[in-house]
Amino acid sequence: MEIKGEIYRISGPVVTALNINARMYDVVKVGDEGLMGEVIGIKGEKTIIQVYEDTSGVKPGEPVIDTGMPLSVELGPGLLESIYDGIQRPLPVLKEKMGDFIQRGVSASGLDHNKQWEFKPVVKKGDKLKGGEIIGTVQETGNILHRILLPPNVSGVVDEINEGTFTVDDVIGRLSDGTELKLMHYWPVRHPRPVKNKLRPTIPLITGQRIFDGLFPLAKGGTAAIPGPFGSGKTVMQQQLAKWSDAEIVVYIGCGERGNEMADVLNEFPELEDPKTGRPLMERTVLIANTSNMPVAAREASVYTGITIAEYYRDMGYDVSLMADSTSRWAEAMREISSRLEEMPGEEGYPAYLAAKLAEFYERAGRAKTLCEDEGSVTVIGAVSPPGGDFSEPVTQNTLRIVKVFWALDAKLAQRRHFPAINWLTSYSLYGRTLDEWYNENISTEWTKLRSDTMNLLQREAELQDIVQLVGSDALPDDQQLTLEIARMVREYFLQQNAYHDVDSYCPMINQYKMLKAILTWGEKAVLALESGASVTNIVALESRDMLAKVRFEKDIDAVLDTVMKKADEEFAAQTQQR
Amino acid sequence: MAKEYKTIGEIAGPLIFVEKTEPVGYNELVNITLADGSVKRGQVLDTSKDIVVVQVFEGTGGLNKDSGVRFTGETIKLPVSSELLGRILSGSGEPLDGGPRIVPEDRWEITGAAINPYSRKPPEEFIQTGISTIDGMNTLVRGQKLPIFSGSGLPHNEIALQIARQAKVLGAEEEFAVVFAAMGITSEEAQHFMYDFERTGALERAVVFTNLADDPAVERLITPRLALTAAEYLAYECEMHVLVILTDMTNYCEALRQMGAAREEVPGRRGYPGYMYTDLASLYERAGVIKGRKGSVTQFSILSMPGDDITHPIPDLSGYITEGQIVISRELHMKGIYPPINVLPSLSRLMNSGIGPGRTREDHKAVSDQLYAGYAEGLDLRGLVAIVGKEALSERDRKFLEFADLFEDRFVRQGMEEDRDIETTLDLGWELLATLSEAQLTRIDNKYIEKYHPAHRNKNKKTVEASTE
Repeated sequence: MEIKGEIYRISGPVVTALNINARMYDVVKVGDEGLMGEVIGIKGEKTIIQVYEDTSGVKPGEPVIDTGMPLSVELGPGLLESIYDGIQRPLPVLKEKMGDFIQRGVSASGLDHNKQWEFKPVVKKGDKLKGGEIIGTVQETGNILHRILLPPNVSGVVDEINEGTFTVDDVIGRLSDGTELKLMHYWPVRHPRPVKNKLRPTIPLITGQRIFDGLFPLAKGGTAAIPGPFGSGKTVMQQQLAKWSDAEIVVYIGCGERGNEMADVLNEFPELEDPKTGRPLMERTVLIANTSNMPVAAREASVYTGITIAEYYRDMGYDVSLMADSTSRWAEAMREISSRLEEMPGEEGYPAYLAAKLAEFYERAGRAKTLCEDEGSVTVIGAVSPPGGDFSEPVTQNTLRIVKVFWALDAKLAQRRHFPAINWLTSYSLYGRTLDEWYNENISTEWTKLRSDTMNLLQREAELQDIVQLVGSDALPDDQQLTLEIARMVREYFLQQNAYHDVDSYCPMINQYKMLKAILTWGEKAVLALESGASVTNIVALESRDMLAKVRFEKDIDAVLDTVMKKADEEFAAQTQQR
Repeated sequence: MAKEYKTIGEIAGPLIFVEKTEPVGYNELVNITLADGSVKRGQVLDTSKDIVVVQVFEGTGGLNKDSGVRFTGETIKLPVSSELLGRILSGSGEPLDGGPRIVPEDRWEITGAAINPYSRKPPEEFIQTGISTIDGMNTLVRGQKLPIFSGSGLPHNEIALQIARQAKVLGAEEEFAVVFAAMGITSEEAQHFMYDFERTGALERAVVFTNLADDPAVERLITPRLALTAAEYLAYECEMHVLVILTDMTNYCEALRQMGAAREEVPGRRGYPGYMYTDLASLYERAGVIKGRKGSVTQFSILSMPGDDITHPIPDLSGYITEGQIVISRELHMKGIYPPINVLPSLSRLMNSGIGPGRTREDHKAVSDQLYAGYAEGLDLRGLVAIVGKEALSERDRKFLEFADLFEDRFVRQGMEEDRDIETTLDLGWELLATLSEAQLTRIDNKYIEKYHPAHRNKNKKTVEASTE
């Protein structure tokens, strides 16, 4: 039921209304133009509303209508391949309706309500259904089967269900209590969608990127943060993750970023090809773009819109990865709205509830048993952009307290042409131990040790480098010089990866294991050879070492590694004999 | 005629509080008639049934409780017309040049709507400014917003003028215009700008908005919006490529802080309002290129960093919105080098999409990277020399040290009227790189070295000559 009130006061995006008894976070239509807003406070008779659009010209006394519904998104077939603003209005539709500039008072629904979908039911009359169960399927795009779910808060016995071609508004069936079944339903964005129970994150998200999978793994349903200094190749990295990670659905949120950069993403993403299927990557992607000059309230809402869509696909049993770029801009939107409300500011003007909001958001990630007894996950990768590169500022600090993985993109590495430019000394992953079991079963029982050996080696290299800076590498004893050389092999042959090379762009987990093992085994042999009298110069010049460098570009890695290691054995034997 | 109210309840700084009004729209334009018959303009900042807060653009001097307030019922609009070109207007859009009133072809809201990101075209057309440090190493492209981070006493105005004079797109005969918005600059500076515009004939292709230091601070908040609205009209209606120069953004932000304080808002960092990021974004983001439209808006804003501090909220927030920055160095200026652009902290985020074969030259990226690397290394060594003396350096290091000096003296330094095309800039870069040994040019592909390195070029020329003989 609609309740009509009237505007009392307007101050920028904050509007105060009288005579409306709306609930907190209900969506209201403000003024003659019906601008979209959300209730964010109630003080006595007055209801405080943040408006998602420009309020110029709106007058006191104009009507305010309570829709009785919280800010919600439309969930149903047609989400994939969409490009939305922060409140799920499709940008191409906005362009069609009002041209190149975003005007106000235009509503556009998230899904295409005219498009026909082929629906195949999987339940029949008389079936007893619980909330969140699958009632049928729609082939949404080439490779993604959209499972039509009963809304989580609905249950009952199927009275009627029809196969056929429907729009999202058509009634496809009925429950015995008369509830109509449709292809779509609404869900309030600020409420996490329920799951049966959350599961431990014990499966790695395989990205095919050696620095991630090998050293700093992210679990399916895990959380990661990336600082994105300029020139560090963040965009390429995001695209690599979108292309190669074994998440089936990708949700990308451009939150408060530059318009020109967003234009780049919107132009490039649709041209990317899914390397596994050869089909456009957009067929399993949802893009959300809210640039810094679009209304601040919509920017605040954009991350919730994104994660709700991600949760919806998780509930179908998919693994979803969500990238939020950048959460710092989102936090700034919160700061701005908070200051409009004249709330007592916390650190650096951010609201005191900043930490709680960030935690709430990241908490919506996770691997879960869904209501339909399937397994799905939402993995959240949030970019942070600390002002002046200062990691001690509140947004970065509060984020790091929550996330389990930190991928430290480093502009200095990028300048040295080390790609992906992830700093191995400052990055970390806390999933190592939870994932060990998976590695033992699926890769090798040696993997865990191999990884910690590598980390130790790199740490040792950093210590030695400090000395080298002072005295030069010639002053080091032979064994330490060899350590530096082996560490360099790990960096250059293993950690570096060429995103544009056909083979190197994606490195299967098992190959990562084999490569790393080969490099470290070669290192062990080299140490033995050194002990039996070979010189560092000779060891470094061995042909097998150069051959190892090229392994990452080979398709049939087993055969190549076999040859390399045989060659290594011969060469080391020769080195020891020479003496 | 709108109803006149004589119900001002309070006057505080630039704000007046009007009571007992009919419903008044937010952001509405207000006319206030003084006892002597003169009229001031203002804008509604906050409106409710009981009280309306109006900020007065020309200041509240001379106002009293008897002044008449009329609400016009519409938000601030700029009369736009192609006749704006060649005109000098005040910070609130009134003609200052003694010319006739502008006959509007249309009236556009000055707040401007956000460009739909889906309609934007990624910027990629190289703009040649004729300044080597910009063209060669921090390339500007059409639709970009690139601020100059400067400090007091540095020649940022000269640089801005030089860019306004020289900027052009290669190989294109397209209509070009400059929109110049001065916010809170001194009349001396303003005259300097005007003199230069007139001297070079640039005024014909320019629209000038001037809000001087003694004009009301609150007017400063609308001056850039008027300028950008004029720019958008010229770009998207008249299909021109518009370069907008905004100076000085620091004065704008100060005005924003002043207004925030007058409204008793909760201040954010260093007293600047919490919404400053969004407010600045609403200006900077009005640069861009739109798919299927001919014109474009490119922004060059000047921002003086208080205390040369790049972490101050104004440069910090700007840097997060703009696509890079050009940093002016006091040290270079002291050495007598013009333009004193320090390339190391400077950056153009869109450079890579605007350079390369077909746009500038195939070796552009490599040369730029190598110049950066060489200059950075030379500066490091300069620091070292201060401690250990030149004698302690190796022959190689001494070369780099000399390279840094040469770079500043020949590549950075150029005349105020010197317009170097991109070929000249790149060739100059090569000439300097040739002082280093070829083995040190690790950032440059061998094929470019063979093609462009002066040593090889001469050889190539000789072989060509030999074969023609």
